[in-house]
Amino acid sequence: MTRWHDFIEKDGRPPAWPYPIHYDKEQEIDTDVLIIGGGIAGCWAAISAARKGVRVTLVEKGDTVRSGAGGPGCDHWCNAPANPLSNVDPDEWAQHMTEPPYSNGIGTQIQCREDWDTLLEMEQMGGKIRDTKDEYVGAKGRDEKTKLMISPRYTKVHSYIPGMQKPVTLKSNPEGKLNNVVIRVWGSTFKPVLKRECKRLGVKIFDRVMVTSLLTEKGVQGARVIGATGFNNRTGEFMVFKSKAAVLATAGDWSLFLMNTELAGYNFFRSRTTTGDGAAMAWRAGAALTVMERNGVLMLGTGFKHTWYGGAGDASYENVPIVDANGKRLPWPTQGWEDAGAMRPTPENMEKIIKGIQSGEYALPFYGDFPGMPEVERRATWKLMLGEESTTRNITESYEKGGFDPAKHLLQNYSFIEGNSPAQWRTAGGGGPVVDWDLKSTLDGLYVAGEQTFSAGDHSYAAATGRYAGRKAADYSQQVGKAEISKDQVTLEKARIYAPVRRTDGIDWKELHAGIARAMQYFCSEYKTEHLLKMGLDALKEIEEVFVPRLYVLDPHKLMRGIEDLSLLAHGQAIINASLARKASSRMLNFLRIDYPKVDPPDWHKFVTVQMENNKVKVGEMPLDYWGDMKANYEARNKDYAGVYQGK
Amino acid sequence: MAKKTYALPNITTPATPVIFNPEICNGCNHCVEVCQVDVYIPNPEKGKPPVILHPDECWYCGCCVNDCPRPGSIAFNWPVQQRAYWKDKATGKVLRDSQ
Repeated sequence: MTRWHDFIEKDGRPPAWPYPIHYDKEQEIDTDVLIIGGGIAGCWAAISAARKGVRVTLVEKGDTVRSGAGGPGCDHWCNAPANPLSNVDPDEWAQHMTEPPYSNGIGTQIQCREDWDTLLEMEQMGGKIRDTKDEYVGAKGRDEKTKLMISPRYTKVHSYIPGMQKPVTLKSNPEGKLNNVVIRVWGSTFKPVLKRECKRLGVKIFDRVMVTSLLTEKGVQGARVIGATGFNNRTGEFMVFKSKAAVLATAGDWSLFLMNTELAGYNFFRSRTTTGDGAAMAWRAGAALTVMERNGVLMLGTGFKHTWYGGAGDASYENVPIVDANGKRLPWPTQGWEDAGAMRPTPENMEKIIKGIQSGEYALPFYGDFPGMPEVERRATWKLMLGEESTTRNITESYEKGGFDPAKHLLQNYSFIEGNSPAQWRTAGGGGPVVDWDLKSTLDGLYVAGEQTFSAGDHSYAAATGRYAGRKAADYSQQVGKAEISKDQVTLEKARIYAPVRRTDGIDWKELHAGIARAMQYFCSEYKTEHLLKMGLDALKEIEEVFVPRLYVLDPHKLMRGIEDLSLLAHGQAIINASLARKASSRMLNFLRIDYPKVDPPDWHKFVTVQMENNKVKVGEMPLDYWGDMKANYEARNKDYAGVYQGK
Repeated sequence: MAKKTYALPNITTPATPVIFNPEICNGCNHCVEVCQVDVYIPNPEKGKPPVILHPDECWYCGCCVNDCPRPGSIAFNWPVQQRAYWKDKATGKVLRDSQ
């Protein structure tokens, strides 16, 4: 009896809620540094702050032991140009990675300078980063002396964007040598080790608690952040956190444009919990956000497609040759040694493939030719890369149980036969709070790390920026005094959170989410005009005024899902406001306006910012290189950086 | 056919992202703790496998299966539409994950 309806059939009633219900209880926690989100960035922030000797509290919606996108695992430590096998200069690499406009130069510089140290600290704690058992002797990229395994990923080609996938040459990179900046790691060992270290350092961890809002001095929008509110998603207990500094280490928003009510957890690339709570609470507190208008193309994991790490390329992974149904090799890159790390076919090759399908030259379906690979490379891809990557271990294992043997079998690829996602199915494009060289937002007391810093969501970036934001927040917390929490602000938030519990009828969280997603699809997707975007704002306003007051929930878990919808709603409003503010199209932002069709005109080569002031939206802008000289500014702000942790 | 028929709504699809083996599982609830999205709740009966309360929220990350301290207690059960195909290179026979 493991299914809910089994209980009805056996006992005639559902099981009782297994946790005590405490909607009426409240807990107050006093801390120096508050970490919001216990994924990779949050754990690293907590550890580095605690190592500075301050009191640290970490709050996590799931359980810190495996939560977050990097919770299940990680197979690549990207952008580690400071590693001993690297053939490039970290500063030059950082500069190169920041060349595509609208990336975050501050976070990238931090990552390139510090993520090798971060990885060594991971090893100190017990994470596995080397082939110490000599399982992959003979694999390309394996270094016998250090036992590190360099990955073929991005060895020369770094962009996913069609037309930008050209081999890159760096001045510091000796001719004929690969850059060696990406390291294969055994990331499934990482997350439990991070939680253990947090506990060892005395970090107070609150698992299964969703943070719902930031508290500001005197409750004023735009004032210093002095704490946060939250509730336990199993018991419903309300929590008030008082802090001197807070680090926002929440995930991005991956489900704003799509809701499949049947496979509600499986609509997108990430788990259901990535609902942009952090950006939403920063927005409501008055922080400036940027790159909100950027859109991601949802080609992965819609729940309507085949699943393999989402389903876009299936077998097209490191070094696996892609062949057609007759075994003919396709000009499809494999993110491997042979094609210098390219992931997607160039536009020319894509055209060749499509024409080949239509003419009968290439027969569908396509397959990943695992048996055609050298044995050790096959094992490195199947066991190490896919075995350690976030969500793929259980896939390789269940395929094996089903009889799949990579030495004998070609694995089917679902490209083309499963169709493409409609253009209206998108993801939010990873915008977030504006940060300075301390990774501080525009609000005092609020620091930001990981994916939330309008940047890529990769594991090593989250780790390095988390570690950095944690130490900066700890420094700040030692300089400032305590502030009084505004009782009114807490009361208002409590009323907002518990309203859905008090209702006995109305709409549930799935319907609300689907309604918000539909409004975003209609009014803020492929076809953008001033008129449509304004209709979008009106649609969200209507949802806020008419349907949010009908939201009702049955238990603390569903309350969390309902409050996540409110995050999505706020996130959508910030995105549409930013979309209205950018009166130009941009390829890099995947942002096309019918009424401003010129793509990337020079006068719009700038960041657009949006923020709330007295509950009114204020638009601003910043130069694309607002961080100035990356190397000089990093060094000026980090004269006291001590490198790899030497303490106990 | 003694089973009583109740007026139940449609069962959430998919209803069983994992299958428990009650012979091996001792109800330690480790999977309940590592689940990112709280798909499970502890079984009201101590020592029994957890109850799959929110199967529709599963994102198939695998933490529950990977971290189970008693291997064999819990196995993935992919929805039918997500089952994989492969082909034997030597014979050309198309095969499917039909566990």
